[in-house]
Amino acid sequence: MKTAEEILAAIKLALPEAGVELVLNPSPSAQHSLRLDPAHAVAVASFLRDDAELALDYCSNATGVDWPSKEVTEKVKVTKVVDGADTAVEETVKRVEPGYLEAVYHLFSMKHAHREIAGPVVLRMRTINRTDQVELPSLTPVWRSAEFQEREIFDLFGIEFTGHPDLRRILMWDGFEDHPMRRDYVDPDDYEYEPTAHDEVLKRTAEHKAGVVA
Amino acid sequence: MATAFKSYRPPVMEPSEEGDELLEVAMGPHHPSTHGVFRMDVALDGERVVKLKPVFGYLHRNHEKIAETASYLAAMPYTDRLDYFCSLTNNWAYALAVEKLAGLEVPERAQYIRVITAELTRIQNHASAIGFLLQEMGASGTPLMYAFREREKILDLFEELTGSRMMCNYMRFGGCRVELPKGWLDKVKTVVDGLPQFIDETEALLTGNEILMARSQGVGVLKPDLAVNAGITGPMLRAAGVNYDIRKVDHYGIYDRFKFRVPLGDHGDIYDRYMIRVLEARESVEILKQALKDVPAGPIMDPKSKIRGFRPKVGEAYGRIEAPKGELGFYLISDGTGNPYRYRVRPPSLINLTVLEDMCLGQNVADVVLIFGSVDIVLGEVDR
Repeated sequence: MKTAEEILAAIKLALPEAGVELVLNPSPSAQHSLRLDPAHAVAVASFLRDDAELALDYCSNATGVDWPSKEVTEKVKVTKVVDGADTAVEETVKRVEPGYLEAVYHLFSMKHAHREIAGPVVLRMRTINRTDQVELPSLTPVWRSAEFQEREIFDLFGIEFTGHPDLRRILMWDGFEDHPMRRDYVDPDDYEYEPTAHDEVLKRTAEHKAGVVA
Repeated sequence: MATAFKSYRPPVMEPSEEGDELLEVAMGPHHPSTHGVFRMDVALDGERVVKLKPVFGYLHRNHEKIAETASYLAAMPYTDRLDYFCSLTNNWAYALAVEKLAGLEVPERAQYIRVITAELTRIQNHASAIGFLLQEMGASGTPLMYAFREREKILDLFEELTGSRMMCNYMRFGGCRVELPKGWLDKVKTVVDGLPQFIDETEALLTGNEILMARSQGVGVLKPDLAVNAGITGPMLRAAGVNYDIRKVDHYGIYDRFKFRVPLGDHGDIYDRYMIRVLEARESVEILKQALKDVPAGPIMDPKSKIRGFRPKVGEAYGRIEAPKGELGFYLISDGTGNPYRYRVRPPSLINLTVLEDMCLGQNVADVVLIFGSVDIVLGEVDR
């Protein structure tokens, strides 16, 4: 199995225009990942699948991750004019890192299964934000195994996969509006609530009884 | 870029005669053959299936979200409820992912216990899967009850070891929860010694059975290239002839120490899936025999592992095992706190259903039940 760096080099060689970035993983698992730029993701994915040397023909896992925007406080050194002289002053600056949604794919090779596998090849893609620009290219045309999993990501995280053959909710019902796996998701007070004719019926019953009694 | 690469889609089928009307049937959600609550929206041209759309979610409880709001340890008993037939392999997959995330080692003795419990789980799962398949074929009761008789013996062992027959909650990150009870290994040996006879009996009853052959050979065929592209794993993939067993590929645990073969099918039909399960159960017996011979003494937990207040370093890990139904993987992201930032289950049952439509198209509606049964799913894992 090749390391993430070697795969990155292979992609750069075959598809020089594609933006691919190595994302290091500090945990002991050392499963580093490659971040694809969405515009070239399908081309890179089909290269990874069809390249005879890599032959990553098996997309095992596809999932989403929600990274909400977070406030970062940083100490910045600023030169200010204090009493007519330039002095370096430390200032705390609050900055909001914009949030995004991420799709993560874990690839293996069944063709080269006999090779020692160090770990999965991990692909990641980011949306521009979490609200209105949540499109990513679907990798289902390349790996059919992503079909239900991308539907699940769409359902639970709200990433819209362009080019997916059948993008519908899969676990929640069609009328459901939110995306439950997002970090800021708030459960409804009452899942069972649905508008019924109850009040109306009770009112009519009361009227009816009143009429009968009167 | 133009789609120069090959894409695998199910064919769009038309009624056999122009102007024919299709009959739309909702199979399920409460249908005895759906193994739970699951629906297939089927369009029929006479008896022939021309469209099939699976509908999920009836058992959805957002397992992943529950686990993300709880500690790493608290997610362990929840994993039992994924594929409730195989709680011990679920435990193992989760424990393996956490061990990768935190860099924990598992002591020898615990590795052996894990292999023994996992292979027992595999045998009882395959036995029941065959039993259910035959039940759906109309062999009312007998094969299933034989399978359950054997399964009971294995569940008794689990109960003695873990305190529970199905919700075992036995493994921990870096080992196992409790030491083996006295004499447990001898009881396992007795059960394992009886298993070949049970498998022989099952084969004598079923393998050459005319009805089984007539209904399953050439039905629900899955081609190997589609199986690979659609991420099919487990007995279904190997029945299609693809040699991919994670025990052999990843060498997780201590599987490289045991001699066993990976049975492969030729046709990828229901009969092959049945046969692969029988043969895999036989190989599991072989693994069990080898594992039981040399269970070492020693600790069952990595002394470094800290069960309570467990906070792995920032990072992520994907760990997977060969569960009885296919590749069961867990993907975890840690942000350094006590509960996982992201907890993802890669469910073999759900992903193996990706090709359900491809296998059913053109078949009779009665065969849909069999094809679905031969996939071997548990809805607790499909919907999570």
